[in-house]
Amino acid sequence: MKKYTFTEKKDTRSGFGAGMHELGQKNPNVVALCADLVGSLKLEPFIKENPERFVQCGISEANMISVSAGLTIGGKIPFATTFANFATGRVYDQIRQSVAYSGKNVKICASHAGLTLGEDGATHQILEDIGMMKMLPGMTVINPCDYNQTKAATIAIADYDGPVYLRFGRPVIPIFTDADQVFEIGKAWMVNEGTDVSIFATGHMVWEAIQAGEQLEAEGISAEIINIHTIKPLDEEAILKSIAKTRCAVTAEEHNRIGGLGDSVAQVIVKNDLVPQEYVAVNDSFGESGTPAQLMEKYGLTAADIVAAAKRAIAKKK
Amino acid sequence: MHDPYHDRDSGSLIQLYYAPIKNNNREMEIEQLEKVAAQVRRDIVRMVHGCQSGHPGGSLGCTDLLVALYFERMKLKEEDGKPVFDMDGKGEDLFFLSNGHISPLLYSVLARKGYFPVPELATFRKLNSRLQGHPTPHEHLEGIRIASGSLGQGMSVAIGAALSKKLNKDDSLVYVLMGDGEQQEGQVWEAAMFAPHHKVDNLIAIIDLNGQQIDGPTAKVMDNRDLGAKYEAFGWEVMEVEEGNDMAAVVKALYEAKSKAGHAKPIMILLHTGMGYGVDFMMGSHKWHGVAPNDEQLAAALAQLEESMGDY
Repeated sequence: MKKYTFTEKKDTRSGFGAGMHELGQKNPNVVALCADLVGSLKLEPFIKENPERFVQCGISEANMISVSAGLTIGGKIPFATTFANFATGRVYDQIRQSVAYSGKNVKICASHAGLTLGEDGATHQILEDIGMMKMLPGMTVINPCDYNQTKAATIAIADYDGPVYLRFGRPVIPIFTDADQVFEIGKAWMVNEGTDVSIFATGHMVWEAIQAGEQLEAEGISAEIINIHTIKPLDEEAILKSIAKTRCAVTAEEHNRIGGLGDSVAQVIVKNDLVPQEYVAVNDSFGESGTPAQLMEKYGLTAADIVAAAKRAIAKKK
Repeated sequence: MHDPYHDRDSGSLIQLYYAPIKNNNREMEIEQLEKVAAQVRRDIVRMVHGCQSGHPGGSLGCTDLLVALYFERMKLKEEDGKPVFDMDGKGEDLFFLSNGHISPLLYSVLARKGYFPVPELATFRKLNSRLQGHPTPHEHLEGIRIASGSLGQGMSVAIGAALSKKLNKDDSLVYVLMGDGEQQEGQVWEAAMFAPHHKVDNLIAIIDLNGQQIDGPTAKVMDNRDLGAKYEAFGWEVMEVEEGNDMAAVVKALYEAKSKAGHAKPIMILLHTGMGYGVDFMMGSHKWHGVAPNDEQLAAALAQLEESMGDY
């Protein structure tokens, strides 16, 4: 098992803020919009240097999404930012009509995704956003794994012409990817090569998968770990190549088991190469208040859950 | 802001209709616009009849406005007298239709203006057409920059386009048309709050006050009450035009609106129109909001409208 260490823990939303700061300096067409959550989205450095390219929308997310669509007319690249819940479910129709169907170059950038925003509870913990966004024709869906990758993804999507949903979060998590990485949309990242089971993880579940990989190794099981940072378009080739070798799969995501990464991987498996698959995901429920660690444990999103799922998948192999 | 009366390039098609108010042959110019409007109204009833679906009422009511905008008032990119479409629309005035169901009107005006071939109007709402039931850039129809149909989003889009113009130091204007029933959508009021706060003064919004919506009179379904007072309270420059189907009054109002641009406030025109205007049996009733005429009704409608530019 390849050794991954970290010196620092940081929130992925700060990676987004750092990416925006850099974009502000290098791309004059980038415009940031926010619905009264500037501090939470870490936009201060961008706003300080580019006040004329920041649009405060107030608590009016529907307006923010459609204003963003309008800004693209004239060549601007709007980054519409708020919490994942208000960036997707609350404004699904605006995204559908003004952004996706209209083919507008809007970047919907969502913090506080999943359970791990913690104490605010289920009203703010969206677990359906990946599903909603990936169902929209033409929408790219990205869920990076740590601070550095979120920063790199933020910078990369500005150069891609089309609607993007970029998902990140609030909890501090280990930084284990390179600071100078180049983010390639739609290209899965091989975290660790293995032979017994393929673990396809997204977001900060990639770190949990690495922990799981180490535990499995201690028990003599070789896990291949692949970071699916782009859920759509999905790197089917990487998935098929991996399961051809391991003959079983585990998917891990901080999302409802219905409609997320697991279902996307299952479609690839069912269509091309039948192998057993186990899901690590929230079991079709809402979240609740608690600390991020407590919630991850209660809702079955820890390294131990991935280890158990890997063993179940391996046991089902023919 | 530039002088509203002297901002036109000398385009050839437009010259025919361009009516500087200072010019004393304006009567004649208005007459020309009215001829275009009659043809557009013919197109509308024929398109809706052709596919036996669509929304003639609001389309007929807003015909004078859209003809005045596209044939007289908007500064549009043109080459050899023909409009040239590009998505970014830099340096030209933009129009957004928020109440997308009056698409027959927009399609007819765009085609008659020269954005796409007039015969294509015959494909309206049919399979494989670029003229979808509600407008969309998805089908790459020249002149369409955003999808609309789900109501309440167009003013926000127009605000975004207006902000884009400001960032680009582009002093042309953005127009948006909404329905009065559409004012019941919450997002409209998010946008209503936003535009004055951010001093979006290159935006001219128009509400089609025809007093009708699908389920009946707007006052009965969900009363808007005093829309003018509402927009004024939000910080808009509000104008009210009683004769929204009088071409001269519409043109004059659009000149006046433009003269108010650039003064730190967005501009709102409350335009009183008659639903179904121009076809006597369709006028003033919500019944023709979304109903197509039969053969007999089509003939009766066409008998009232001059074929001034040739039917497709």
